[in-house]
Amino acid sequence: MRKISRRGFFKVTAAGSSAVAVSSTKKAFGMKEFHGYPNSMGVLVDLTRCIGCRTCEAACNKEHGLPEPELPFDDFSVFDQVYHDGKEKRRTSDKAFTVVNRYNPKASGGEPVYRKFQCNHCNEPACLTSCFVNAYTKTKEGAVIYNPDVCVGCRMCMVACPFLVPAYTYESALHPQIKKCNFCYDTRLKYGKPPACVEACPQEALTFGHRKTLIKIAHERIRENPKKYVDHVYGETEVGGTSWMYLSGVPFDQLGFNTDLQHHPILDNTKSFLGFVPMVLGIWPALFMGFHLLAKGGKGNDEDKQSNK
Amino acid sequence: MNRLIEKRGYRPINSEDNPDNGRKWSFKQKLLLGLSPKAYLQQLLHNPVNWALCVIFAIGLPVIVYRYVMGLGGVMHASYDYPWGLFLGFGLFCMVPLSASGFLLGTTVELFGHTKFKPILNLALLNGLLGYLFAVIYLLVDLGCPWRLYYPMFVSWGTAAVLFLVGWHVATYLSVQIMEVSEAFFEWVGWPTAKKFIHSGTIGLTVAGIILSTLHQGALGTLLCYAPGKVHPLWYSQEFLWIFYLCSSVFAGLCMVIAVSTIIKKTMAWRCGSEFLENLDSITIGLAKGASMALVTYFIIKIIGITHDNEWSYLATGWGQWFMLEIGLGVVLPIILFAVGIRRNSVALIRFTAFLTIAGLMMNRLNTALITFNWNLYQEIPHPLETIITVTIFALFITVYRFILYRLPIVYAWKAVPEEARIPVPVPDRADVVTARPEPQLTRVMNS
Repeated sequence: MRKISRRGFFKVTAAGSSAVAVSSTKKAFGMKEFHGYPNSMGVLVDLTRCIGCRTCEAACNKEHGLPEPELPFDDFSVFDQVYHDGKEKRRTSDKAFTVVNRYNPKASGGEPVYRKFQCNHCNEPACLTSCFVNAYTKTKEGAVIYNPDVCVGCRMCMVACPFLVPAYTYESALHPQIKKCNFCYDTRLKYGKPPACVEACPQEALTFGHRKTLIKIAHERIRENPKKYVDHVYGETEVGGTSWMYLSGVPFDQLGFNTDLQHHPILDNTKSFLGFVPMVLGIWPALFMGFHLLAKGGKGNDEDKQSNK
Repeated sequence: MNRLIEKRGYRPINSEDNPDNGRKWSFKQKLLLGLSPKAYLQQLLHNPVNWALCVIFAIGLPVIVYRYVMGLGGVMHASYDYPWGLFLGFGLFCMVPLSASGFLLGTTVELFGHTKFKPILNLALLNGLLGYLFAVIYLLVDLGCPWRLYYPMFVSWGTAAVLFLVGWHVATYLSVQIMEVSEAFFEWVGWPTAKKFIHSGTIGLTVAGIILSTLHQGALGTLLCYAPGKVHPLWYSQEFLWIFYLCSSVFAGLCMVIAVSTIIKKTMAWRCGSEFLENLDSITIGLAKGASMALVTYFIIKIIGITHDNEWSYLATGWGQWFMLEIGLGVVLPIILFAVGIRRNSVALIRFTAFLTIAGLMMNRLNTALITFNWNLYQEIPHPLETIITVTIFALFITVYRFILYRLPIVYAWKAVPEEARIPVPVPDRADVVTARPEPQLTRVMNS
């Protein structure tokens, strides 16, 4: 066996530990921000192409075995439905994971514009990061999926979702759970297939592909047709980026999109507080024990001991 | 109870031994307050508060059963936009800050050694324990699957979530508070060894209480940082919301002690010890001083919050007026009234102000979690059945609170029995100990 001299040993150790230090630092820097999985899939929704046929709604209903709606999918009177004193249009529910609404924005001179929406499958989802039992998973394919087996039913995810997407089966006493679009993960996305709504769309309003490619396509379309599109890809940076992104011919806020969203993940809002937690755990014991000793004039529990005699 | 004291010269249990025959009280006698079962029942029926509670339970308990049979949808609006209602808005967001009393007075008495507040310490600890306990009970009603309450502890960890921290801390702190209050319980059931054992860890428990309270009071505010834009900007602050919540829990907890002690003094003076009754006024003024300081600090940091996010223009809107009303009634007015009350030694004014401050605090919590939530969508008024359940659980809170106050040495001092005190000085005559105030050495032992 070759003997290792003391100097040699130090050399090796020093080199090794510095290598570890360098690599771990690199990794730490790399992990500070998460911009989504590299091969995450996504869907680009081109609202200028949508004609409001509701085929996607029907396909989603069939794919997920959802109950038949009150009005059939070819009944367009649903576009006139409003709720809460006319303030709200239809929204996703436990019986409809995607919904198409009609708007008559000023920018189009009152011409109807249709908007499909569903879970946008955020890169760093608020539902996932706010869940205290880790019921949500962001898969490497880009889907945000939910596991009802660990869900406690606190509905924090519904509070946290910036797009107001998750619905809850409140009527169920024994098995209440969150219901939302899962990107057809179990039945299609896992096998590399596009979700049911995309496949069903007769207008090619929905484009399925790698998220990175879709961003390029979206900007390409805007560049080629600057008059047709608003110069913004909704979902490219909103709340840190989403897998589903939108192109529109009219300003997004006229189509019920929330345009006041932050452009970094919702998780960031709690990071400073959560970073403070280990500091409190580390500092408070000594700090307050110190206060205690000061208050007692350095005598500690002498008084107690004496009186116990 | 008052009738019993006037007519029959009833004396409540306050030591191991029955002063009439020198024998030890049995556990059953202790439970029945030293009364015969018949007299105990009569005393229950004579109290109009019990009748009011019975009416609430008669209506509310079936509604609670209905909630578990029909699911949450039966008693809530089942809104997807407003996932949280009164159960959390009131039960969690209001009950938790109002229960900060335990760690505040624990710190004052045990850590800083301000023995002046000693007579109110047990009440503050009990108030803290029950507040947290009932916050958890509200949670059990609100959760979709309450039987999975332990999941975040043992089944699946969502360590990045603020709610994970809240859950763990409330659970741990609840255990800490059970231990703190168990001292009074052990004294009452007559297990002095257990009492001594718990007492040896007082400082540790107190420091644990400070750590856990700092974090979870703040974490409750941070929960709403997940919903920027949904909470109105005037109530939202990404950087400071947790400090607002922590700071307001200080005056909320102190005012809650003032309020509860006021009610106890008015309605169950028979149960109060002389030490409690004689010192209550000066203690109340002391607590008011602490609350004023927290209120002034809170007012200052609220203004810093508005300035930091430059939200002055919102003050001119309707929401802004609602905000100013909350700050005016719940912060500024209490600051003025407390100042006047302290200066003039007017305990009555201080007590009134404490109730006002509590109302203001509740307004703040309901505003952040419910009323201004989804401010740019639409407003939702809680379902009537949801309100009934909330009131019923609060009635249960009052019932349990009173049940414990009647029995455990919370607002009176348990009189030590000489054999257990093990004092080298000559054992005083038993009659002296029971009737007269204990010797100074004895008090020391009790305090230690």
